[in-house]
Amino acid sequence: MPTVSMTVNGKKVSGEVEGRTLLVQFLRENLHLTGTHVGCDTSQCGACVVHVNGDSMKSCTLLAVQAEGAEVTTIEGLADGDTLHPMQEAFRDNHGLQCGFCTPGMVMSAVDLVKKNPKASEHEIREWLEGNICRCTGYHNIVKSIQQAQQTM
Amino acid sequence: MPEGGTGIGAAVKRVEDKRFLTGRGNYTDDINRPNQSYAYILRSSHAHATINSIDTADAASSPGVLAVFTGADMDTGGLPCGWQVHSKDGSPMHEPVHPPLAKGKVRHVGDPVAVVIADTYAQAKDAAEKIAVNYGPLPAVVNMNDALASSTYVHDEIGTNLCYDWEIGDEAQIDEAFAKAHHVTEIDIVNNRLIPNAMEPRAAVGEYDRATDEYTLFTTSQNPHVIRLLMGAFVLSIPEHKLRVVAPDVGGGFGSKIYHYAEEAIVTWAAPKVGRPIKWTAERGESFMSDAHGRDHISKARMAMDAEGKFLALKVETKANMGAYLSTFAPCVPTYLYATLLAGVYATPLIYCNVKAVFTNTVPVDAYRGAGRPEATYLLERLVAKCAREMGMSQTDIRRANFIPADAFPYQTPVALQYDSGDFTATLDKAEVAHDVAGFEARRKESEARGKRRGIGYSTYLEACGIAPSAVVGSLGARAGLYESAEVRVHPTGSVTVFTGSHSHGQGHETTFAQLVSERLGLPMENIEISHGDTNKVQFGMGTYGSRSLAVGGEAIVKAMDKVVNKAKKIAAHILEASESDIEFKDGTFTVAGTDRSMAFGEVALAAYVPHNFPHDELEPGLDEKAFYDPLNFTFPGGCHICEVEVDPDTGVVTVERMTAVDDVGRVINPMIVEGQIHGGLAQGIGQALLEGCVYDEDGQLVTGSYMDYCMPRADNFPSFSAGTEITLCAHNSLGVKGCGEVGAIGSPPAVINAVVDALWDLGVHDMPMPASPQVVWKAVQAAAPAAAAE
Repeated sequence: MPTVSMTVNGKKVSGEVEGRTLLVQFLRENLHLTGTHVGCDTSQCGACVVHVNGDSMKSCTLLAVQAEGAEVTTIEGLADGDTLHPMQEAFRDNHGLQCGFCTPGMVMSAVDLVKKNPKASEHEIREWLEGNICRCTGYHNIVKSIQQAQQTM
Repeated sequence: MPEGGTGIGAAVKRVEDKRFLTGRGNYTDDINRPNQSYAYILRSSHAHATINSIDTADAASSPGVLAVFTGADMDTGGLPCGWQVHSKDGSPMHEPVHPPLAKGKVRHVGDPVAVVIADTYAQAKDAAEKIAVNYGPLPAVVNMNDALASSTYVHDEIGTNLCYDWEIGDEAQIDEAFAKAHHVTEIDIVNNRLIPNAMEPRAAVGEYDRATDEYTLFTTSQNPHVIRLLMGAFVLSIPEHKLRVVAPDVGGGFGSKIYHYAEEAIVTWAAPKVGRPIKWTAERGESFMSDAHGRDHISKARMAMDAEGKFLALKVETKANMGAYLSTFAPCVPTYLYATLLAGVYATPLIYCNVKAVFTNTVPVDAYRGAGRPEATYLLERLVAKCAREMGMSQTDIRRANFIPADAFPYQTPVALQYDSGDFTATLDKAEVAHDVAGFEARRKESEARGKRRGIGYSTYLEACGIAPSAVVGSLGARAGLYESAEVRVHPTGSVTVFTGSHSHGQGHETTFAQLVSERLGLPMENIEISHGDTNKVQFGMGTYGSRSLAVGGEAIVKAMDKVVNKAKKIAAHILEASESDIEFKDGTFTVAGTDRSMAFGEVALAAYVPHNFPHDELEPGLDEKAFYDPLNFTFPGGCHICEVEVDPDTGVVTVERMTAVDDVGRVINPMIVEGQIHGGLAQGIGQALLEGCVYDEDGQLVTGSYMDYCMPRADNFPSFSAGTEITLCAHNSLGVKGCGEVGAIGSPPAVINAVVDALWDLGVHDMPMPASPQVVWKAVQAAAPAAAAE
């Protein structure tokens, strides 16, 4: 089995994987970083979004071996110790989550949006979130959360 | 409640959020047991076929495989149904056996046929490809009308696809009323089949401890105690004291995680056989073909009216799809949760409803957010909108003319329910203001100037939740009581753990329930822990569904807290050397009335566990109380939803421009959480109306089996919502609460479709099915165009 090495949440990690192992499986099963979730099998739901070399990506669309040498940040690596990232804080302030299952991917995706388009309009926020499905919130409070983080990030 | 408070009415930020926001939630698939193995379920690719043989030899000898089991190996009970409905002739419903692994025949695409257990999931899945199943394909019955006419039976031993033929009301009396009516409005209604799609796929981990003979099941459930009872008593014959069921963090349910599913029984049953824990996690494709689906009704409804548009009588005939087997609650959904809601908010004096429940070669259908009540509301509110058109009345005039007046409560409907409270004029008035209905005509003109059509639609609705009084549901066929239980355990240093039988899978109970305790016991939130979801921790529970957690589970907590306070007063009286009747409790302090002698809650707690001078014949040590609460009635949230859409007649695209909801959910404990529940319900309701629809082809293949094909609502499908409340208190529980989990999904679909019909009315489009996708709308506009031109 091939060995893969990468930096995850600032730590160098490596592990043996099958060629078909997805990045999300490597994160969840090899590294026990279970904050990244799997909600579908067609790369639509976005529960598995992480940052790879600074860009938000669905970790179910990458093989683990494709992330060789990459810098990966997962939801576990977003907060600074006990201090939540402004996006996490915004989701908490605005009730931007209910069951919490889509939340890690939603937050990681939203952080990337605000970095890339800090002044995104409500319309642009909603379009950006097209690849992240939430069944609980109706998105209303997720949009509000991101609008708050636009001010605080 | 002042800003910054933590009691009833405060928008306290959620306690549970930190773990979810930092990736430290603990969902079933996150759980890994030592030496765990993995299960893959091989499912039927046929909708209906005999299983002539299954050859598992190659699979069993594949790398890493520990065992392969088929239906022939699994000698257990079938998955039970929790509700028995009787047909109008008095005969019990047909209740076919539902084996966890199919025996002899498969009855829907996705029916489990075999399980492979291996060291890794990939090995189990690879090995499953080597299982050779020799199927004998049979014709499939998919559509309900076909199923009733067919001589192909989903269950041959029954000899019919009719599960039951049920009625409520007096048909002869109704027909008399129709004969005398000034006008009768008729409508044909299809309530589209939905696939629940909680974002967390179902999962189960089964484990067996040979030393103690104890089984543990971790599962994605809304009601772990119910699973323990159903699986233990009916399927696997494991007594409760040897079976622990844990539902940890659960990623959304919406009804689909109420039921006892085959996979739970399979991993628990197989764990001792392979001698290792077994994990099974659904792939999303499996969720589509194995989670219980929702809705799926075909109905004809007729309303008889007098010359003033007063409703005289309502007659409804409904066919309800049960799918291939009876899921846990399925039979009660189109009967006691549907037909009993057909009065809605109106004083219709006579109602009759006949329901035929039908077996088909499709996934079982059961309760999905709202369960029966959205189907009733959609039928009624579409019918009322059509009544208004035919009577030449406005959409609001016909509703106001027929509302049950605010001073008529308690109000006995002709279909069994007795409503306790409500003010339907008030919610309508408030919604019209919030929506700026007065500005609608100007907005319509503006849309028309751009070549678009704009419409407005109303839904004034009521639902029955807070499920449910055990005596009532028992008389209607429920095989369980629907009370809830709570334990309030006060620790020696004054902190409190509440054990509740309710289960939170997004609803925020850890916050809302803690607010109840903070208010009543005067404790800060950080001293209160809400524990749920583990049958080894929580005394008992009936779980969370039917918007029951606060109205039933919350009341149980209140009752247990009352017992704690009463006991604490005895302790305080003893220590303060006062009469128990003189002890007052307020803001966390016990005081001897009229004196400055007092004890803080924490001091009483400590004394309870350090009972150095307790009179043992009068006062037990400890401060830990349990309560069971059985509600006196259902609760009846209701309200008004107004939807405004813009339709592009050239493309058929419908855009929701405004969605206003004013709901009476009773007293609000946490307004932030209540609003969030309403938003989520609205999204599911709008999703049903415009986007979502489960499609089977004529062979019973599930066409909408992935997120590529089943249109899940996305952020860009919605505007921001306007959600408000207008409160009347529930008259029969101490908190005055009604429930908020389902109102959004119940009230909104007819508002959306009524708005689409309103937008296109002048183009000759007078009906619209759900989901009103661009293709459906465009076709309707095209079909109406020649007719409209000829007029």
